[in-house]
Amino acid sequence: MKKITYSLNYRKPKEDYTENCELTVCVRYYQKLDNGKHKVVKKSTGVKCKLKDWDSDWHKAENRHPIKSTDSDYLEKNRIIRNKSIDLHSFIKDLKPVKKISTLDSKVPKGPLHLKWSNHKNNVRLVSPANKRNIDIIVVGTGLAGGSACATLAEQGYNVKAFCFQDSSRRAHSIAAQGGINAAKNYQGDGDSVYRLFYDTIKGGDYRSREANVYRLAEVSSSIIDQCVAQGVPFAREYGGLLDNRSFGGVLVSRTFYAKGQTGQQLLLGAYSAMNRQVARGKIEMFTRHEMMDIVIVDGKARGIITRNLITGEIEKHSAHAVVLASGGYGNLFYLSTNAMGSNVSAAWKVHKKGALFANPSFTQIHPTCIPVSGDYQSKLTLMSESLRNDGRIWVPKKFEDAEKIRDGSLKPTDLKEGDRDYYLERRYPAFGNLVPRDVASRAAKERCDAGFGVNKTGEAVFLDFSSAIVRYGKEKALVKGLDTEDLDLVRSLGEGVIRAKYGNLFQMYEKIVDENPYKTPMMIYPAVHYTMGGLWVDYNLMTTIPGCYAIGEANFSDHGANRLGASALMQGLADGYFVLPNTINDYLADDIKTGPIPNDSPEFHTAKKKVEEKIEKLISNKGSKSVDYFHKKLGKIIWNNCGMSRNEEDLKKAIKDIQILRSEFYESLKVTGDKYSFNESLAKALRVADFMELGELFALDALNRNESCGGHFREEYQTKEGEALRNDDDFTFVSAWEYNPIIEFSKLHKEHLDFENVELKSRSYK
Amino acid sequence: MKLFLKIWRQKNSQSKGRIVDYEIDEISPDMSFLEMMDVLNERIIEEDGDPVAFDHDCREGICGSCSMFINGEPHGPDKLITTCQLHMRRFRDGDTIYIEPFRARAFPIIKDLVVDRTAFDRIQQSGGFISINTSGNTLDANTIPIEKENADKAFDAATCIGCGACVASCKNSSAMLFVSAKVSQFSLLPQGKVEATDRVLNMVNQMDDEGFGNCTNTGACHVECPKGISLDYIAKLNREYVKANLKK
Amino acid sequence: MKNIFKSSIGRKIAMALSGVFLIVFLTQHFIINITSVFSEDIFNMLSHFMGNNPLVQFILQPILIAGVLFHFVMGFVLEWQNRKARPVTYAMYKGSRNSMFVSRNMIISGIVILSFLVLHFYDFWVPEMDYKYIQVKPEDPNRYYEELIHKFESPIRVSLYCLSFIFLGLHLVHGLSSSTQSLGTNNKYASTIQKISYAFGIGIPLGFCFIALYHFFIHF
Repeated sequence: MKKITYSLNYRKPKEDYTENCELTVCVRYYQKLDNGKHKVVKKSTGVKCKLKDWDSDWHKAENRHPIKSTDSDYLEKNRIIRNKSIDLHSFIKDLKPVKKISTLDSKVPKGPLHLKWSNHKNNVRLVSPANKRNIDIIVVGTGLAGGSACATLAEQGYNVKAFCFQDSSRRAHSIAAQGGINAAKNYQGDGDSVYRLFYDTIKGGDYRSREANVYRLAEVSSSIIDQCVAQGVPFAREYGGLLDNRSFGGVLVSRTFYAKGQTGQQLLLGAYSAMNRQVARGKIEMFTRHEMMDIVIVDGKARGIITRNLITGEIEKHSAHAVVLASGGYGNLFYLSTNAMGSNVSAAWKVHKKGALFANPSFTQIHPTCIPVSGDYQSKLTLMSESLRNDGRIWVPKKFEDAEKIRDGSLKPTDLKEGDRDYYLERRYPAFGNLVPRDVASRAAKERCDAGFGVNKTGEAVFLDFSSAIVRYGKEKALVKGLDTEDLDLVRSLGEGVIRAKYGNLFQMYEKIVDENPYKTPMMIYPAVHYTMGGLWVDYNLMTTIPGCYAIGEANFSDHGANRLGASALMQGLADGYFVLPNTINDYLADDIKTGPIPNDSPEFHTAKKKVEEKIEKLISNKGSKSVDYFHKKLGKIIWNNCGMSRNEEDLKKAIKDIQILRSEFYESLKVTGDKYSFNESLAKALRVADFMELGELFALDALNRNESCGGHFREEYQTKEGEALRNDDDFTFVSAWEYNPIIEFSKLHKEHLDFENVELKSRSYK
Repeated sequence: MKLFLKIWRQKNSQSKGRIVDYEIDEISPDMSFLEMMDVLNERIIEEDGDPVAFDHDCREGICGSCSMFINGEPHGPDKLITTCQLHMRRFRDGDTIYIEPFRARAFPIIKDLVVDRTAFDRIQQSGGFISINTSGNTLDANTIPIEKENADKAFDAATCIGCGACVASCKNSSAMLFVSAKVSQFSLLPQGKVEATDRVLNMVNQMDDEGFGNCTNTGACHVECPKGISLDYIAKLNREYVKANLKK
Repeated sequence: MKNIFKSSIGRKIAMALSGVFLIVFLTQHFIINITSVFSEDIFNMLSHFMGNNPLVQFILQPILIAGVLFHFVMGFVLEWQNRKARPVTYAMYKGSRNSMFVSRNMIISGIVILSFLVLHFYDFWVPEMDYKYIQVKPEDPNRYYEELIHKFESPIRVSLYCLSFIFLGLHLVHGLSSSTQSLGTNNKYASTIQKISYAFGIGIPLGFCFIALYHFFIHF
């Protein structure tokens, strides 16, 4: 026997209460087991009710409302209670024996740091070319990580099925990366090395990443550049014909390779062309405009996925020997982010729901240089490359009155005297100045704006000023050309030319969006969500806790700790796809050489497909009144306001509650128009937002759980007197890996302790 | 702002489409064109209609997804931008705006403004790559210096985002600018020269098989190209093609 | 190599080559005609040579006719293919925002030129053939100038000729530079070629107009 009931949470004998006492309402699940024992799950709803308003005969009433109409807020309260019971119900329904994860084994090989990867490569099992022909691999996502993995796996001889929701694999959001890609080539001879890249990444990540993974990343970084040049990626070059480099935030060397402001595009097209070569050979089967809806696990191993064809709406079953997720990050949880409109967490979340752990979900990178929000209708934020901070100086007015005048338009920023400007990054961090890491720069901007020094109408913007760079470059040019260096107009126009050559496309983009000329008046910028360091937990082999299910690129958590350095995302994506996964996956697939083709008509596939169809039916037949975007925007606001650049316990707790309420409202009043068997973007969106609704809660829970400030995660309770992040290495030197629970608040935390054997844990200083 | 929209609606690739009129009010000049479309779609959903389907993703002008033919031009009246970078301040209150899909036989319509551009992928698959293995056992990146001028030209060609505006604007629906950009990128680099002959022959063959029209050098493509890819690359493609034919 | 002219680029090149060939012919034609303005004798001499030299008559003339036919047939084939490449047309298409009117309407200028050629053949080539090969009249090296000015007595014919020359100009302005682009000339010459193209496309037809009008007005 199973039942769900409502009850009041009495803490002392009933007689001790008067009718005006308020008690918390609980939902209670009761199950009588075969062995005569009972199982009871009781959960608070957070709703309070006076004894006089409680209807103890609620189960007899038709609407089963336990709170009587004498309570002024009875409708809302009953609604919350009912939704809690639905949550609990689905929890019970999904309750089945999941293999218990006892300890997290990161499988980092033994031996000295610099030999770990080569030793590991020498020791993993291999699969012979003849056997590779009989093994299928599914890759979800075709960005830098997915595309490069597809190409390399297919080249090795595996049969690859590649899936992307875009109309072509070339459009994955890696394409939008502007600045560059790091590699420890030391072409500039400025003392760079694998160790330094490793060290900078660990330090930049605020000591919350896994040493062995980061070292491996630094180690393979230089092969990436070789590989890409061989593929015809047109990196920027010097007049001598050799590759050019520039510098990025958080480091003191120039190790960033770039292709103007379109490095991501050029690298992605490189991976795309490598994929094309394999498509032509018949080794990759491309499924564009397909979205992964669920993963299928057979005998404890990942054996396939369920997809939705976004053109016809058909639900399809695809089987393989292993599944690789390269589905990117979940920054769109915030609604407004620099991610593409389609970027979503669904693939990763579905895998999480089937047993993969989700690591550090709250580690989000907020990029300091984005174009500020201008209105409610806004759908998307635009990033201005970090490289701008090489030449731009960030400031706000020193005086509060000036800031006010600038906001209402009565004072032009260019009229403000030098002495009245506060170049706060240069003031606070003299050593790194405007090139401090992203988390530090973002927080500093927020701090100034919160203090009332913001410079646009909404008060949420700071200036990024190129005038001194323009004058500096102009004078240099004038000197070289033998012109008058005192002629300010000439100097400025020469300087503008130099800036145009360096950042022309970015300036043009800014002018298009904001309708102001950034050569003449300083740019306005504000931080925006950009990248998520968190993701599926993976071991050294990049395998999640589901055997045969791998996660690479932004979809995993592994290399960036609590903050990612600029130009490292491209590096990680390609490292995982070209060099790491193709080595480590062999070790797992060596067991599958005799398995033969995986059938896609097993009961596991049928059940998974049916569940997906039910979910779609539920969303599309919902008789609500509000569009998906309405909910997505609301969710984004909750997350941004409570779990954004700085977080505190109270806000996080509030966020968890608000998300729970929003989620139940979502299922109640969502409206999806159109047909499920056709091209239907609002349905696709609804399916994605449904997963964000769940992730959001885990996100807040994770932030709440981590009682320290580190990298992009800043808890107001944990800061130094100067307002710098205060890490707690004694208690939090671990990765938070969450195990799914249908009641997300109950998600179980697993800790992977991080051992630092090769670097000393220091508090990060950029002063 | 109040606007009168004339939008091409077509249920699927089989059905016949038509222009449908919409009136939309309270549009802010600071909105992007796609945000205006979002507002329209929200309203259509409110009225239980089927929202207008259109391709879009990055909304910062680089992914090449968005593909509208606005008032007689791909990506609208502004040059060197994609639809997602077009802002409503470009229009005036009371304007009538025609919104159509990119039209070409090789780009069949999937729904409304969404077209199938996989023909471009197939052209790339026929030879738009350098056949080296991705295992990392290649030369050091600085072994072969590349003249800066050629590297820059290769980069300019490589900026193509594959949006298809060249095809859409061309009166003949020719894909020459797209193909020439890819062929030129590789043929300008020493790494790509090795396979130049086969590449150009195969890619042009595939382009013809897809049913694109012939280039008549009107130059519409390079004017409308959001990345400003020059017509010079088409001349280069012609040259490469003749050269390849003489070799084979 | 054998498939080159089956491909789109191959056809463009064929179009360009035949176009360049016709341009060369046109230049030659113009040079001979302009002499009629300065000297009756030179004109007669050149015309007689062209009309009676076996190389010109039996080799170059058939090649020219083949070239003209090829250029037209290919032009129509390409136009047909290009229309097929966009089965549903745009409700709103602003070609003027991105290209020249002449470049988009080569088929129109081409058809006008074709009709003109019919008239032109009827006026000169047919009587010439009739004179030489049907009636087999005796050679008269001095008849050409007379025949020429006789034709330009009619104001209708002169205006039709002039109108056609305007279209010829429109065709040439795009045609010449387009041919070189199709033949893949290096980009660094592009702007010079464009200028030559304008000069040629305006100059030659203007010259032809001048000749026609000159002979028309000397009647008064």
